Amino acid sequence: MKELLKDLDKAFENKIRLGIMSALVVNEFLDFSTLKNLLDVTDGNLASHLKSLEKKEYVTFKKEFLDRKPNTKYHATPKGKEAFKKHIQAIEQLLN
Amino acid sequence: MKEKYIEDLKEIKDIMNRSSRFISLSGLSGIAAGVSALIGAYFAYQTVYFEQNYLGYRRAFLTTESLTQLLLIAIGTLILAIGTGVYFTTRQTRKQKQQIWDVQTKRLLINLLIPLATGGILCLMLLAKGYIGIVAPLTLVFYGLALINASKYTLNEIRSLGILEVILGLIAIQFIGYGLLFWSLGFGVLHIIYGIIMQLKYKS
Repeated sequence: MKELLKDLDKAFENKIRLGIMSALVVNEFLDFSTLKNLLDVTDGNLASHLKSLEKKEYVTFKKEFLDRKPNTKYHATPKGKEAFKKHIQAIEQLLN
Repeated sequence: MKEKYIEDLKEIKDIMNRSSRFISLSGLSGIAAGVSALIGAYFAYQTVYFEQNYLGYRRAFLTTESLTQLLLIAIGTLILAIGTGVYFTTRQTRKQKQQIWDVQTKRLLINLLIPLATGGILCLMLLAKGYIGIVAPLTLVFYGLALINASKYTLNEIRSLGILEVILGLIAIQFIGYGLLFWSLGFGVLHIIYGIIMQLKYKS
């Protein structure tokens, strides 16, 4: 049991961070407003969770300008995808 | 604790689906498209097979005049089908609190339109050269391929609908004289059946 729990990633304990990663692993990239609508959270809330995922290097972003409006595209890093996969596998084993 | 993780997995799956697929396809729009197709097919039948000797061999007569009329019927059917489809789907999107014009919608439409436009242009070229009989089966084949291509980005049922349309189109090429009949089956009856199935399945 302890072995299994060690693979569970603390970063994904939170529902919103888990949601962000779920969306980013199946999409090449998503912009801020799409993520916001998808997860139904406030700007500040989403930004702070994105920041903590950035700190762990699970997520990166690229700033672009769309019709002169800033548009931030978020990607999952290979490291983030790997961590997410491990986390899911740990959950699955836990449930077996 | 187990419940929390079961809940987590459910949420992950839901978010993956909602973020990568267009899920607001309404069964009602399928039914409406099917009914539009049947209405269109009825008018096309009236145009093509006029003054028939029902005991003799059936031939499609096409003059420039009836060809124009046929194209007008086709355009009318298309507008009716797309119009009702967009109406019911937008309604569904609002109900599910999704955006109508987002990444998923665009991805779905682009992948649907590439095979569909190819087939449409090919059919118009064949029609211009006088190959009338092959057009109805080919529209089924290309529509089926378009659905299969787009199915990755929307509800799973669309894939099997596409496969059925392709099969129906290929059979129709073997029975050229019954093109309109197969066309009505594919665009009319299949749409209505799938529409009803999806309406029942995703109604909640």
